[in-house]
Formats: sequence, structure tokens, C-alpha cells
Amino acid sequence: MNQYKSFRKLEGKVSFLLDKKAIFILISFLVVTGVVFIVSTGLGDMKLSPLTVLNVLFGGGSEMEQLVVQSFRLPRIIVALMVGIALAVAGGILQGMIRNPLASPDILGITGGASVAVVSFLSFFSDANNSLTVSIKWLPLAAFVGAAVIALLVYILAWKNGVSPIRIVLIGIGVSALMQALTTLMMIMGPIYRASQANIWITGTVYGSSWNNVAILVPWTVVFVAIAFLMAKNINILELGDDIATGVGGRIQRQRFFLLLISTALVGGAVAFAGGIGFVGLMAPHMARRLVGSSFGALLPVSALIGGILVMLADLIGRTMFSPLEIPAGVFTAGIGAPYFIYLLFKNRNA
Amino acid sequence: MKQVIETQNLTLSYGESIIIDDLNLQIPKGEITVFIGGNGCGKSTLLRSIARLLKPKSGAVLLDGSAISKMSSKDVAKQMSILPQSPVAPEGLTVLQLVKQGRYPYQTWLKQWTEEDEEKVTMALKATAIEDLKDRPVDSLSGGQRQRAWIAMTLAQDTDIILLDEPTTYLDMTHQIEILDLLYELNETEKRTIVMVLHDLNLACRYADNIVAIKDREIYAQGKPEHIISCPLVKSVFGMDCQITKDPLFGTPLCIPFGKGRCILKEVGV
Repeated sequence: MNQYKSFRKLEGKVSFLLDKKAIFILISFLVVTGVVFIVSTGLGDMKLSPLTVLNVLFGGGSEMEQLVVQSFRLPRIIVALMVGIALAVAGGILQGMIRNPLASPDILGITGGASVAVVSFLSFFSDANNSLTVSIKWLPLAAFVGAAVIALLVYILAWKNGVSPIRIVLIGIGVSALMQALTTLMMIMGPIYRASQANIWITGTVYGSSWNNVAILVPWTVVFVAIAFLMAKNINILELGDDIATGVGGRIQRQRFFLLLISTALVGGAVAFAGGIGFVGLMAPHMARRLVGSSFGALLPVSALIGGILVMLADLIGRTMFSPLEIPAGVFTAGIGAPYFIYLLFKNRNA
Repeated sequence: MKQVIETQNLTLSYGESIIIDDLNLQIPKGEITVFIGGNGCGKSTLLRSIARLLKPKSGAVLLDGSAISKMSSKDVAKQMSILPQSPVAPEGLTVLQLVKQGRYPYQTWLKQWTEEDEEKVTMALKATAIEDLKDRPVDSLSGGQRQRAWIAMTLAQDTDIILLDEPTTYLDMTHQIEILDLLYELNETEKRTIVMVLHDLNLACRYADNIVAIKDREIYAQGKPEHIISCPLVKSVFGMDCQITKDPLFGTPLCIPFGKGRCILKEVGV
């Protein structure tokens, strides 16, 4: 069977080579994403069947059901989905661009920068009674600024007649270690109450997400993910190495800068609203690669969905399994992702 | 002789150390040109700078008379392709996906697989005889097949000039000949200009129309192998004593190095 199908429309103005297997996998994951979204919305202290959830989503159901779904569950599930998508796409971009399977937003210091910013925010703006002197609403902004500043710092430090992938990785690891040290220092020096608050944030949680968060995060993520998909052909050539990428006419420094910018924007948005949810950015692209191969046109959308599913599931487990205790989603992303990840590696060990 | 690539006062360096000094070189159109020289003489560096992978310290590389540094990278990529030394494909990338990347300079956001793209990729797969392997991951292929996949990618780029940096490294003798025969045919049938670095002097003599011997940061000699390859040249360029004879099959110069080893001739000739 021919795996590929040529797609040409509008008298040749639009043309793509479609990978049938990848499209099948993509559609399957879209369905799974939808199912997890609806099932997850139905689960919690008040249980709703998937049909009831659908009914409520389209404006039906009792007032109570409306309240639970609309006010409590939907915002955090949407935020979880967006955060998962953003981290996975950012991780995929970084792994392709840096040509290193270990690259992820965590080791490049971007998440670390956000952590330092959050801990600093919590300790600098606390008064003697441990209450914040500025609104907590500004915390996401602080996290975003922290992520952006550190990404820029890594980029500048890695610059030497252009940035080479290996320099970005090494400097990222160095900066990331420094950020961890700073975070720990601030947490130990600050009041204990702030430390535990900061710790929950650093682990990553979508608890307390509001429609306001959704209103910012959804357009932000959608726009940058769309740009990332359009850049897929550039990541494809960067993954062949600088020489080949230049040889076929890529402007590698420019492309690398834009790709870093997109990843930073995605990670910055995600950490701003959900904290440092780890492992998704590393794992989701790997899983996608096992399933659809190395072409980024297919790899990015599939990792996006895997990331979204992971974080939604992690949050679902965190808020239902140990109820009434809320466990941050960041605790479970590795907990549920890693077994599947290891299974895929095991299954493909001879491939 | 019509030149297609020209370097003007080209000086190349890594940091402070000068690799190529004030070089003026002309590469003829439609011929096979091979750079030879000892290890570290700068032949690869020169090839890389012609392919704009390395910025010159001073001087210029001209492509059909216009400076390569002033042209857009995509325009250059439509005229000249480069296969660097031992490239590595990402895990799981299939042959077709790799060869398709050669079409990058012709792609736009909406046009990523035109009929022409398909035609050129199919031709490249055919020319390198890897059609049957197109859905196999590149990392699962043998060395010779893998190298043919990379060459197919540069062919899909559909350029008049093809640069190759040691395309036969790590290949056994059969595959070396297979790759060089393929390049020779491309040159014969389609008049493509081929410029490559080769380590094997005897193979260079067999396939090259034009040899450029590099020594001490400049050109030591340039011309047809049968005109320039001589004992003194090999002595100065490679620092090796040898005897030059004729290849019994092709009549091209054949270099037999002196040195130690088992000598089973009745009378000691050396």
C-alpha cells in the first residue's frame, strides 16, 4: 500500500504530501483528546455522564450542573489542555532545532527562569503578616517575564558568530542549574508559608484556573502553535544539521531565533498559568516520533495532542483520586506518561 | 574553458590560523573537478566556503560571475547543492522524507509538493536506484545505501552544480566505485558540474577531468590528471615517494607508493 498521497488544489497553488498513516494517528488522537476532555469534565465530587456533559456544554442541564461544569471544571480543563499542547510543541521544536533528543524547556532554563521570578514575586511583595502587597493576578506576568528574560540570556550567552545547538544546550543547562539554586535560596530565606505556596507552583498545577486565564491562554497558545506548524518545514531541514540546512537554502540563524522565540512564548504562557509542569515537553515529542516518524508536519500536531491528553489526565488524577486532597498535576505528568513512554521504547526496541 | 565557479583573492581562516591564502581558482562548467591534498591542507575548507557554509575572511566566491554572498541563500540553492562529509539523518526519517528535503528551496508555505517536486524526487530515487527503499528509515540502511539516499537528496535539489565532500568515506571498494560511477554518469548524461574532495588519488585520476592539488594554503597545480600527476607533485603535495604508471584498464595515471611491505618480485626493482 502506498503510504503517501499527493494533495493538490486550486490549480497547484496549494500542494502537500500527505502521510496517510500519520493522518490516521492524528485523527485517532483528536478523538481521544475529545473523549478525555468530556469524561474529565464529568468526573469529580459531582459525577456527570458524558452525555450529560455534552448536554451541559450545549446549554442544557440543571443550574447546578451548569455551575459545576462552567465555573469549576471547564476553565481548568481547558487550561490543562492548552498547557499540555504548548509544552509539547515547544519541546518538539527544541528537540528538532537543537538536534538533541534530551532538549526540553526544562533543561534550557526557561522554566527555571519562571520559577525564580515566581519565588521572588512571592517574597518581595509579602509584608510582615505574610500577605501580598500586590495582587496575585500579576503572578503569571512575573512568571512570563522570568521565562522570557532567561531565554534571552541563554541566547545571548550562546552567541558566537551565530548560535550553535550544542552551545545553547550547555549554556541552558548551566543557567538552569543556577536558577534552581536561586529558587532554593529564596525559598529557604523567605517565610515558610511562601515556600510551600511557591513549591506548589513549581510542581505545576491548574488548580484555580478561571475564565480570565482561559481568555488569555487560548488565543496565545493557538496563535503560536499555528505559527509553529507553519515553520515545520524549517525544523525539518534544521534537523539535518547546519551544513545541509544551509545547503538547501535555509537561513538557519534567523530560523533558529524565531523558533526559540516561539518556544519561549509557548512555555512562558504555559508556566504563567500552570507553573512548572515537567516532563511533558520532553516526553510528548518522543512519543509522537515513535508513532509518526520524524517529519515535523506530522510530529508537531501529534505531540501537541499527546501533551494535551497527558496534562488533562494528570490533572484528572490529581483532583479525583485523592479527593478531597488536591495533588498538583505536575506530580502525575511523569507518573502516567513515563510508563507509556517506556512501553513505546520497549515495543520499538528492534525497529 | 567556461568557468562556472571562481574565487577571487579568497582567504579562509579558522580563528587566527589562515587555511587558504589569497586564492584565485576557476572551476570549469560541465566537468568533474576533484580537490586533492594531504590531511589538513584545506581542501574541505575550500569546498565548504564555495558552498557558503564558511564565511571567507576576505575575498569572494563567484557563481556564474556574481558574488555568492550577495545572492539569497535559496537562489544559490537552486544552482548549487552540497553534500557535506558524513551527514547524519534524524532517527526514523524515511528515505522519501529525506530526499524530499532537497526540494526546500522551491517550497513555499502553501506549495510543498508540486508536480515538479514529485517528478524530481522520483527521478532522484531512480538515478540512485533506491526506489525500493523509499519507505525505509535512513538509519536502517547500509552505508552505501545511506550515502545514495543523501546523494538523491542533493539530486532532488535539481542544480547544475553538485559539491561533495569525500562522498566515498567509510564505504567499501564496491560502493566507492558505485557512487563515483553514478556521479560520472550524471556528468556524462546531464552535463552537471561536479566538484568533490577525494582521498584516493587513483580514483581521482580515473574520474576527474580536472584536478586541483592544494598545498601550503594555495594551489600547487591544476589541470588534467594525465598532465599534472607526477612523482614530484606527489612528493610535494603528499610528502610521499612513489612511482607513476598507467592504469592497465583505463590508462589514467596510477600512483604506487614506495615504502615497506612484502616484496615478492624475483629481482628487487626498487
